[in-house]
Amino acid sequence: MVTPAAPAASGAALLEVRNLKTWFPVTGGVFRKTVGHVKAVNDVSFSIDPGEVVAVVGESGCGKSTLGYSVLGLVPPTEGEIRLRGRGVDVRSPSAWDAYRKDFQIIFQDPYTSLNPRHTVFELLAEPMRVHKVCPPRELRDRVAMLLGKVGLPADYMQRFPHAFSGGQRQRIGIARALSLDPKLIVCDEVVAALDVSVQAQIIRLLMDLKDEFGLSLLFISHDLSLVKAISDRVLVMYLGKIVESAPAADLFAAPRHPYTAALLESIPTLDRARRPKLLGGEIPSPVNLPPGCAFAGRCARAQDRCRKETPVLLPAAASEAACFFPIGLTPVV
Amino acid sequence: MDPSGQPLLEVEDLSIGFAGDGAPTAITDKVSFKIHPGEAYGLVGESGCGKSVTCLSLLKLLPVPGGKVLSGRVLFQGRDILTMPPEELRKLRGGSIGMIFQEPGAALNPLWPIHRQLLEPFQYHPFEGDPVKHIRSLLDRVGIADPDRVLAAYPHQLSGGMLQRVMIAMALSLNPALLIADEPTTALDVTVQAQIMELIEDLRKEFSTAVLMITHNLNLIAQYADRVAVMYAGRIVEEAPVADFLERTLHPYSAGLLGALPRLDAVGSGAALLRPIPGQVPRPADYLAGCRFRDRCPHAFEPCGAKPDRFPAGPGHTVACFLYQPGKGPRHADAVPAEVAS
Repeated sequence: MVTPAAPAASGAALLEVRNLKTWFPVTGGVFRKTVGHVKAVNDVSFSIDPGEVVAVVGESGCGKSTLGYSVLGLVPPTEGEIRLRGRGVDVRSPSAWDAYRKDFQIIFQDPYTSLNPRHTVFELLAEPMRVHKVCPPRELRDRVAMLLGKVGLPADYMQRFPHAFSGGQRQRIGIARALSLDPKLIVCDEVVAALDVSVQAQIIRLLMDLKDEFGLSLLFISHDLSLVKAISDRVLVMYLGKIVESAPAADLFAAPRHPYTAALLESIPTLDRARRPKLLGGEIPSPVNLPPGCAFAGRCARAQDRCRKETPVLLPAAASEAACFFPIGLTPVV
Repeated sequence: MDPSGQPLLEVEDLSIGFAGDGAPTAITDKVSFKIHPGEAYGLVGESGCGKSVTCLSLLKLLPVPGGKVLSGRVLFQGRDILTMPPEELRKLRGGSIGMIFQEPGAALNPLWPIHRQLLEPFQYHPFEGDPVKHIRSLLDRVGIADPDRVLAAYPHQLSGGMLQRVMIAMALSLNPALLIADEPTTALDVTVQAQIMELIEDLRKEFSTAVLMITHNLNLIAQYADRVAVMYAGRIVEEAPVADFLERTLHPYSAGLLGALPRLDAVGSGAALLRPIPGQVPRPADYLAGCRFRDRCPHAFEPCGAKPDRFPAGPGHTVACFLYQPGKGPRHADAVPAEVAS
């Protein structure tokens, strides 16, 4: 079997993930014995270069959020390799990430639960800077004011508590907090899913402006493919814990190679009344007892016998990589 | 659908308030629209615009205490739901009017197996035939392949998509004339969303059920509605046949919503494709006098200090904006489609 193309030499990629697995035990019986595993992230490899926006898309339960948490050690991975700035992290040791926290930050999905309601905005933004000794304590106030300015909020808001803010304003505070340590990469976990469309556009524009200004990389986790199309350089499509397609954004949307990617794109309603969404039958199977072969075979119109027996791995497919024996528009993988 | 005939549902000047410390705060302001038999009508707007309370009030389901209808009428087949005696209202709920709620998991009783929930409407409404046979055929119709397992299951044992199918089957079990769907697919994944929307569409055509769809998703409106009303801050700001709305979007808020929407069919990429509306959706206590959108509107001018009427803007098209005021508004000419003007 051919292995995927070797990644760029260490040092080039900001974040490099090889064969990452994050499994959650399922217990049963009187003695809570482990009877199986939810393979939320199952053998995932990818890398992110400086300044790059990589989107992870997929439906609920596909493992995209767990992947984002795992690379930061917020959910400990089961096994695999993670290299941050070219240096390996011991994925079994929760403290292994401590030295990298400053460079690798996260913005959470829900702006209502991710800000401590008993802290003022000043405390929320100053705490990480104090912990990481970013600046002398007397400069904290100025830095918080500067950060608030960057995200479009007046400096005097630092005295207020989170309840005084709308969802969009809270997400601005979440962005300011992630920026406070001058990070290299920010994991954005469904950062606009809880916001209305008019405010969503504001937050995305702000995030992309700041990305350019600070030269950030983003790992952008989202279920909204239309949004991903607008902002990402590269897209990883996940299905049941695995990456089924990895492609430059332009190629993915113009010519999806994996049948699941194509089905996802076709099921999205658009403003074009002449183009009706197409249906993908069935539902995502339980991630505990996966059938052998390709996990998508049961719902796939192109599936053949081979797909139900062998598990496809990510292989180059034109400009993309697809985990499929019969990629769309290409000759079958032998 | 026959727009000239008797409407199935007429909402007239409906204002709903919520009790605070003092007098109730008005959430919606004189909302009026009509739905004809067999029509798919979309009510679209952002959170807090009043679309959900409007739809709850249609069946007198506003939270008690708190929600209150301040004024207006809701005529269903010519009779006012709001002043109807409780026993008549009970005949409508689940009978002539079916309802699908946003979160199927929260709307179903977690302690009852599905078969008990599906059979409940038959205790309150006359039905000829065998209800059990009927619900089995309905489950088949909504695409449930193994009805025995689903009927015996409790809600927590089924996925969100399955629960939404069960709720649709329940809402349709007595062949309603009107189906109210409040964000029917917001909690669901996009592939399941497509399945559920196609299902509602098929059933609407098969049984000529009118559908009132409440959503924040303009893409769904474009695909599945015949007519659309856009709500902002408790008021309908534009109403039009969907095709006309997409071609001639008139109200600055409607145009802003479309501009902020990420488009799968966009040419090129870049965050610049998303054009945000400045500011934020106001809370009812902060509603401006006059046009409530004027502080966020790029075209606001002097007359906007007064409340705009819903001015006519073509067949079935109205817009509550002074830009299109007949005879006076600077864009009045845009409000009349070419074929009508000539």
